[in-house]
Amino acid sequence: MPPPAPAERDLRLDLFRGIALWLIFLDHIPSNVVSWVTIRNYGFSDATEIFVFISGYTAAFVYGRAMRERGAVVAGAHILKRAWQVYVAHIFLFVIYLAEIAYVSRSFENPLYAEEMGIFDFLRQPDVTLLQALLLKFKPANMDVLPLYIVLLGGFAPFLWLLLRQPALALTISVLIYALSWQFGWNLPGYPDGSWVFNPFAWQLLFGFGAWCALGGADRLGPLVRSPVVTALAAAYLAFAFAIVMTWYFPRYGHFVPKFLSDWMYPIDKTNLDVLRFAHFLALAILTVRFIPRDWPFLKSPALRPAILCGQNSLEIFCLGVFLAFAAHFAMVEVSEAVAAQAIVSALGIAAMIAVARLITWYKTVEGRSPGSRSSRDADLAGGEA
Amino acid sequence: MTTFIIALLAVLAATAAAAGDNQACAVAAHFISPDHPLPRVKAAIADKRLDVVVVGSASSRLDGATDNQKAYPARLEAALAERLPGVAVKVVAYARPRETAALMAQQIERSLSADKPALVVWQTGTVEAMRRIDMDQFQAALEAGFAAAQSGKSDIILMNMQYSPRTETMIAVPPYAETMRFVALQHEVLLFDRFAVMRHWSELGTFDFVEATKKIDTAARVHDCIGRLLADLIVQAAMIRGSSAHNGKSP
Repeated sequence: MPPPAPAERDLRLDLFRGIALWLIFLDHIPSNVVSWVTIRNYGFSDATEIFVFISGYTAAFVYGRAMRERGAVVAGAHILKRAWQVYVAHIFLFVIYLAEIAYVSRSFENPLYAEEMGIFDFLRQPDVTLLQALLLKFKPANMDVLPLYIVLLGGFAPFLWLLLRQPALALTISVLIYALSWQFGWNLPGYPDGSWVFNPFAWQLLFGFGAWCALGGADRLGPLVRSPVVTALAAAYLAFAFAIVMTWYFPRYGHFVPKFLSDWMYPIDKTNLDVLRFAHFLALAILTVRFIPRDWPFLKSPALRPAILCGQNSLEIFCLGVFLAFAAHFAMVEVSEAVAAQAIVSALGIAAMIAVARLITWYKTVEGRSPGSRSSRDADLAGGEA
Repeated sequence: MTTFIIALLAVLAATAAAAGDNQACAVAAHFISPDHPLPRVKAAIADKRLDVVVVGSASSRLDGATDNQKAYPARLEAALAERLPGVAVKVVAYARPRETAALMAQQIERSLSADKPALVVWQTGTVEAMRRIDMDQFQAALEAGFAAAQSGKSDIILMNMQYSPRTETMIAVPPYAETMRFVALQHEVLLFDRFAVMRHWSELGTFDFVEATKKIDTAARVHDCIGRLLADLIVQAAMIRGSSAHNGKSP
């Protein structure tokens, strides 16, 4: 029997998804001094893992309930509608990207960059470029997360159906697909070359694991997570990852990494969600769950409210973040690249994300109060399933 | 992002000497450190004849300047000749636009038998980043090039991408640059970090990389500086201990 859905929303999810959205924004601004604070600089995994895991968790939480209450077909339709919304959002961002690249191609010229300006060749064949973008094959830099999410949602309904009946089997299948994708090099094709930067066959593991945790898996893992041995192992692994990452920044210490270890470890593959990255995320999650309880009073404090609001409106705020990263870089190039300017655009960007999240939450509240909109109140509780 | 690392690198890069006549170039010299020796170059210098092959894509050229005389391969030849009096220095460049690392690895193999250089300078990565070629493929191509140099009895220096602020949001350079750094580190190959050097120049205001211009002046100065820094790296790496002449393989 599936366990009953928890009545109250777990604010930790919103909090960490909100923080992940800020970190993704900061990481997407090239040459940004502020991005030194983001977790990717201190371990193997980065904010993408947090975002995908929590997205799987909330998707299962929201659509799992819908599937139990209204049946698989209706819930499946809801999931596909969400995938469609994400697709439209992605294409919208792509248009903004095209506008930027078209502007730069007309206004910028420099013999030093004859080679780099080849990136504007895409504009010479708008028919091909647009078609490949609509097919999710052509994806500009930093626009790879939403296509992953679209594909994950696209395949989510049958997985959720199985998860509600045979959670262990569903998780096993997820692990199996991950293993097979490594074994046989499965990935979706990209354009003009290569394949997807976030391999959906590999990254579905994190999404599926998040969904499994949401539907009772987390309770099953509870005793394990609380054991001191596991906590110690997680802490030790984080320390190990930190030490390894430091040798990347200070290559002179690289020789402290034994040859057999570096041969086995490198490259740490982000595209295919390297096991080391997955384990790093798990270690982070274990320590987080252990030291930040669900009813942690600070979760209700005004200081954390901005991050929670961003996490509750994640699709909108994610898209905004991608756009703001473009805009911030543009401002840095046009106006100033000074460290102070980088700090200012980073802070302004996060402030804009918070302001828009507040606005959307306000709007949802207003809508939810209007008569005949019970379902939108539910959606509000779900807080943006993306 | 860089100030922190710059400060530490400046301290750590004890061996980096700010050589070079041009002050402007030398401000980035601490990004260039001879971490690995170049035994064949050392032997070639001792034999008074140094042949270098540059294999690269369009950023190893400077079209518009006569015969690419202002591009860094030609500047490297001049700078090496200046630093190595009495040595016959020759630099041959194979730089073709849009060429991938996989094709360049084949070019390296051909040049090794045709030109018999003591050193190959391999500039690559930009085409891969623009076309978003699979990282596995890129890594395999790099390893093929290194293996070719190894079996052709030549030293090799890898050079990464240019720092290009205008196209930074459009070309995903960092993951490809990271792969180059890893593969170079694992195979004990010297990396000329052109990206870091140019970004440092940009931060210090040495060069303005966002200026829109048709003129070639700035580009020529940048290439000249890159040629000088590369010459410094080559000479330093050939002099460090461990560069025993006639050594069969890299130590």
